[in-house]
Amino acid sequence: MSLIPLLLAICVSLIIGQFAKGRWRGWSLLIASTLAIYWLQPGIPIRHLDFWLHTACLVLTILIWVFTRSDELSVSHDNLLTGLILAGLILLIGITRYLGPICCLTPSRPPSFTQITLVIIAISSLALLVIRFSPGRAGWIYASILLILGLFIILKSEYLANMVSVFLRSVNAQSVELASPFDIRWLGFSYVAFRLLHTLRDRLSGKLPEVTLQEFVIYIIFFPAISAGPIDRVQRFTQDLRQPFTQSMETTLQGGQRILLGIFSKFVLADGLALFALNTINSSQVRSTGWLWVMLYAFALRIFFDFSGYTSIAIGMGQLLGIHLPENFERPYLKQNLTLFWNSWHITLAQWFRAYFFNPVTRALRSSPRNIPMPLIIFVGQLTTFILIGLWHGISWNFAIWGAWHGLGLFIHNRWTSWIRTRAIGMENRPAVQWMVGLGSTFLTFNFVSLGWVWFALSTPAQSWNTLLKLFGLV
Amino acid sequence: MSDVNQDHKLTLLRVVIKGLLLFLALDLLFIPLAPLHVLGQLSAYNLIFPGRVRLPYGENPDQAYNFSLYNLDAMFASHELSAGDKPANEYRVLLIGDSSVWGYLLKPEQTLSSNLNAAEFKLKDGRLLRSYNLGYPTLSLTKDLVILKYAMQYKPDLIVWLLTLESFPVNKQLDSPILQNNPATVQDLITTYSLNLDLHDPRFVLPRFWNSSLIGERRALADLLRLQLFGVMWAATGIDQYYPLTYDPPQENLANDQTFQGLQPPRLFLQDLSMEVLSAGHTLSGGVPIIFVNEPIFRSHGENSEVRYNFFYPRWAYDQYRQLLMQTCQAESWQCLDEWDLVPSNEFTNSAIHMTSHGTQLLANEIENAILSQAGP
Repeated sequence: MSLIPLLLAICVSLIIGQFAKGRWRGWSLLIASTLAIYWLQPGIPIRHLDFWLHTACLVLTILIWVFTRSDELSVSHDNLLTGLILAGLILLIGITRYLGPICCLTPSRPPSFTQITLVIIAISSLALLVIRFSPGRAGWIYASILLILGLFIILKSEYLANMVSVFLRSVNAQSVELASPFDIRWLGFSYVAFRLLHTLRDRLSGKLPEVTLQEFVIYIIFFPAISAGPIDRVQRFTQDLRQPFTQSMETTLQGGQRILLGIFSKFVLADGLALFALNTINSSQVRSTGWLWVMLYAFALRIFFDFSGYTSIAIGMGQLLGIHLPENFERPYLKQNLTLFWNSWHITLAQWFRAYFFNPVTRALRSSPRNIPMPLIIFVGQLTTFILIGLWHGISWNFAIWGAWHGLGLFIHNRWTSWIRTRAIGMENRPAVQWMVGLGSTFLTFNFVSLGWVWFALSTPAQSWNTLLKLFGLV
Repeated sequence: MSDVNQDHKLTLLRVVIKGLLLFLALDLLFIPLAPLHVLGQLSAYNLIFPGRVRLPYGENPDQAYNFSLYNLDAMFASHELSAGDKPANEYRVLLIGDSSVWGYLLKPEQTLSSNLNAAEFKLKDGRLLRSYNLGYPTLSLTKDLVILKYAMQYKPDLIVWLLTLESFPVNKQLDSPILQNNPATVQDLITTYSLNLDLHDPRFVLPRFWNSSLIGERRALADLLRLQLFGVMWAATGIDQYYPLTYDPPQENLANDQTFQGLQPPRLFLQDLSMEVLSAGHTLSGGVPIIFVNEPIFRSHGENSEVRYNFFYPRWAYDQYRQLLMQTCQAESWQCLDEWDLVPSNEFTNSAIHMTSHGTQLLANEIENAILSQAGP
């Protein structure tokens, strides 16, 4: 997201927080978030795709709410009104097609009004049919999970995304030769998918609270957190949403400070570091080991300031709107071991994977009749979890290796902690030694994480391996 | 409760107003302070990073680790020329000129100055010949003059000024963005040396009130910071320009067009050329000798090559230019070299004046001889 849309989003947050009271707050957030997802979407060369992707996002959100709904809520006046407002907004955005050059809500001209109307009628009919007949909700929920995972895999795999691009281009009678995986850029889908999967899983386990369609849509596409998270939990989010909120001086200043900090982190520090941070091209151009380390550290800091900057902006905007989004970073590079690092780096993502993958996997292995040893369970759990986290960034060998790097690192740390526990008795009485060990551990952890970024920053395992050797003067 | 809210709103309003006033004050304070000149001299080059071997210039910053900016102080501060006081045992030669001197498509170690330095030639008095690349990729003698003016503070012993006809036309003098964005410096030169240029040329980007404020100068400030940050990549890679894998060689088959910069054959007159800029350079150098070199050009052998030498030059204009230049050199007792046909056509890269590494070496050999004869036995 560039600075101008960001400043506009901040102004919208201030206005909504200041003036939208009571039930108007919910409606304002719904309208602002819906318009924002269309407006923030970057242009896509495939005709009308930038419009359809976010319409699909809304449709998916509405349908999943229908599949996970509570019977009492489903027919309420407010839910119907939310549905009508969403349909109206989609049509309104569609109408900008006829406004010519003053059209500004979508990066390209929306499709024809008839097409949009037909899609809205079809989706509304499907939703009403499901509500009316509701044949076995669990089936719908599993189908939704599979659909989201399928979309996820397509979007994260260059090969599959390219195939989809070829297909869509041929359907649209556009040049197939120009097809590229970058044609399928769906802003914020990763975070939308995580939130949807969380609600689907919580529905299956009976933990999903009753939420209205309005609350559900706002939670999924909340505009401050659409592009870079954090991944909040619906239980916590709706609590804030339901609380009456008055923008006070304190909240405004806190939010403003957080936004300024975020803007500084992202647009000054991260963008400045980006000029010399390690990448595929410069890793092969560098002539000395010393500067290669500088570039690697620049990458490590850049990715932190970039991501934490966006998170700060989202949290700050949330504060202006009375929504306390969870923290995503807590000084991760100052942590003394990898476990603490992963408790403070992209916290909401790590928690998500812990809740919906690591815990179920280790639980399943523990209850296995084969009596698998605990270290093996931890090894399998951590390795698979982190490989999945790696693949979430993109389906490639490098991201998988980056995940494995951290999975193995965490396993080794886990074993080391067990081993050292009995051998380091009395350390608490020696503060100087403790301090030195702490410092050394922080140094070691930071460098382990930084070296891991080599896999993340570069595009092929061979290039990454070569760079690692170069870092230690072995090439 | 509503009173508390009212108080909060008023306090918030006061905070916002105070913040805006402070920002406005800082913004306006920037105008009288005009700190870009001083800020430009603060540089991590020659301190943390090695000095650049050529002036910052580039259209593709992400790949070149270099870019064009208009702050001459910053440009020179990043150059190796600013590395400290001139060593006592150095015979300092400054090379000025266009992109062929700067070394377009050449690596830093392949440029004219690097070729001259590679020989590590010592004069008889024991001083080491050391040349510095102050070429800059736009074609204008006035641009060269601005660079020369700035460079004189570095105490050169000799200046080698490489020329080509395309830098001479009067109407081209102020086309260079670096001149347009340094109006005071250029206007000062126009006045001091009575140059045949308009003091109020509309191409000058004149400093307006708000453009000189902190907000107005934000791009210039960001450029200063970017130049420092690119220092890491310069130090790490030694790369300062983008080298495309392929490029189009100079055009062999030419249009049957006799015009040159709006001028028609048969005669090229002295007043068509900004020859007075060379005189100004001579005066400005204050006794430091200058060698003028008419640099090599690509000579086509294709279609219409009997009409034009290359894409830039019709034969009639170029031949008369050479004649006029040499006549002026003779009349003014300037030391001039005419190397126009020194480099074979296959030793040019992507334009009529950009030479290959070997072509540059050929020119360097000639210039080295001239320098040595100038520097004395």
